[in-house]
Amino acid sequence: MEKFEQHEGVAAPILRGNVDTDAIIPSREMKRVSKLGLGEGLFAGWRYREIGGREVNPDFVLNRPEYAGASILLSGSNFGCGSSREHAVWALKEYGIRAVIAPSFGAIFANNCIRNGLLPLELAEQAIAAIAAWVAEAPQANQPLIDLPGQSVEANGQRYVFDIEAGAKRMLVEGLDAIALTQTHWPVIEQFHEQRKHKYPWVY
Amino acid sequence: MALTLFEKLWQEHLVESSVDGDDLIYIDRIFLHERTGSIALSSLAADGRKVFYPEHVFCVMDHIVDTYPDRTDDTTMPSGRDFIVATREGAREAGLTLFDLDDPRQGIVHVVSPEQGIAQPGLTLVCPDSHTCTQGALGALAWGIGSSEAEHALVTKTLRVKRPGTMRVRFEGELAPGVTAKDMILHLIGRYGAGGASGYAMEFAGSAVEALDIEGRMTLCNMAVEFSAFTGLVAPDSKTIEYLRGRPYAPQGEQWDLAEAHWRGLVSDPDAVFDKELVIDCDTLEPQVTWGTSPQHTVAISGSVPVPRDADNADDKSSATRQELERALQYIGLEQGVPLQGNAIDCAFIGSCTNARISDLRLAAAILRGKQVKKGVRAICVPGSMIVKAQAEAEGLDRIFTDAGFEWRSSGCSMCFYAGGEHFGERERVISTTNRNFESRQGPQTRTHLASPATVAASAIAGAIVDPRGYLPEEYR
Ligand code: SF4
Repeated sequence: MEKFEQHEGVAAPILRGNVDTDAIIPSREMKRVSKLGLGEGLFAGWRYREIGGREVNPDFVLNRPEYAGASILLSGSNFGCGSSREHAVWALKEYGIRAVIAPSFGAIFANNCIRNGLLPLELAEQAIAAIAAWVAEAPQANQPLIDLPGQSVEANGQRYVFDIEAGAKRMLVEGLDAIALTQTHWPVIEQFHEQRKHKYPWVY
Repeated sequence: MALTLFEKLWQEHLVESSVDGDDLIYIDRIFLHERTGSIALSSLAADGRKVFYPEHVFCVMDHIVDTYPDRTDDTTMPSGRDFIVATREGAREAGLTLFDLDDPRQGIVHVVSPEQGIAQPGLTLVCPDSHTCTQGALGALAWGIGSSEAEHALVTKTLRVKRPGTMRVRFEGELAPGVTAKDMILHLIGRYGAGGASGYAMEFAGSAVEALDIEGRMTLCNMAVEFSAFTGLVAPDSKTIEYLRGRPYAPQGEQWDLAEAHWRGLVSDPDAVFDKELVIDCDTLEPQVTWGTSPQHTVAISGSVPVPRDADNADDKSSATRQELERALQYIGLEQGVPLQGNAIDCAFIGSCTNARISDLRLAAAILRGKQVKKGVRAICVPGSMIVKAQAEAEGLDRIFTDAGFEWRSSGCSMCFYAGGEHFGERERVISTTNRNFESRQGPQTRTHLASPATVAASAIAGAIVDPRGYLPEEYR
């Protein structure tokens, strides 16, 4: 998995609450049994003029020239709520988004992010508003700098500190594969499995 | 130490605590469906990994399949066939149980699992589908995960999970006739916001929950995820035990006795402490309908569409800003401040893992009996499983639906969500028993109003959003 240490990039604001995974990648854009080819469908309902079409909507933030090449999103609370589809994360990643900064995240979405090297970064709403205001002055020049090991975001000379679970941080910073990592605990799992069989036989 | 039900379940499944900051939790059952399961299975195979305990993994076709009679692998959704075939092949190669398209047990995953007795009290059960929490109604710890997590569970029979906090919502009092579990959960989300239970595993308790049948409890738990909860739970009781007795995958004979004895202990201890508690009074609860594009945009049927500028003066700024309300209103195409009742609808949909079980169909049919859907309204009923469908047909409910002007379908997720296949029309107003009213959820620019089966049936007759209480037949009053 791609590691996440420091990242500096153009930050695009979608400052509304409850941006759900249906909005991030509409179901109709999940056409194949694959994790690939989803970037084009990212925010399709907002990004294109017509449902299913590809004519760009020039008003949507990611289509505005000043936000070209955005790799960070700034958003409202409960980002990624709704459907568990991991396609939302695959689509963001393929588009080039490395981090989403929001006051809170849908739980399944946040987990999916961590399994795929995308950083779900929690900051207070006021901090996000301040960063967005600074970015808006000159989006290409005013790029926030995210330092995951240091748990901070630098923007406009300010340093915003954020919290993240130790486990999630380690997965992201070291680019770990969760399955391989859990497999190192195999003897304990197997023992638990055998004990459970014995204790709760009707489960088996 | 006094423990909550959730804490008991967590403890029983805790393989190791603090593995890189998470708990390693043992998983008893895994469900996959063709939409997300296909990817998990193919990705697993591509990585050369194997399912550790295939006997505990079940697959179902529900999301993409058509619901027309004589359906085949070729779906209305372009490329739907690929998902179906990949799931079928993946299931066969890994040795998993599959409820295929032509299986009489086929249906929506969260309907099939309890119906077959696969979900049971005290089990952990996961599925790459957010409404897996539905199955918490039986006292199972059931939650939705992503595809990578599904692969993790398939290979290791565990998941790394951050332990959520505990929350109890007590619904006290008695529901009035025509008011249902759907109204309880919509009201809860409307009152506390779509993020109201973020970070918590919720237990639903109180006299109104005890009074619900198992199917009503499923409706309640189904929308726990719309409240951002880790999951929803109801403690098993005699109703749960009677519900499960004799189901195909429920324990039998001596094993049943052992199981039952264990299940009876799966309740929160009387002095257990929850991190958060909410109480809802059900005596005065009215039928609820959403007006906007989030389940939190809910009002009582006698209420009005909000006036966005009022949000500026509200004490609670957390749930919705003026801008968000304006945006939702613009999408849904209603005037601010108007009464919700009386707004004309184009379509009525009874279906989904929220409200398409037999009790839902019975309630809707009771209202529809001898009535006609308003001319010009397109009405569709999609039973939650083929078993529900067969049961309804045995009771003659299908005739009531079709005589009233409803389409009567085979089972599947159908137009609960729009995946590029069948959908409602642009800007059509749909009253729906489903769980999400997100933008374009049921079709491009389709406007969804969430409500109970009673409200949907009554509104189909009226051709507009109405209070179902005026349409209740004698036996439901
Ligand atoms: S019925 Fe709707 S909410 Fe339920 S599993 Fe299917 S698509 Fe999801």
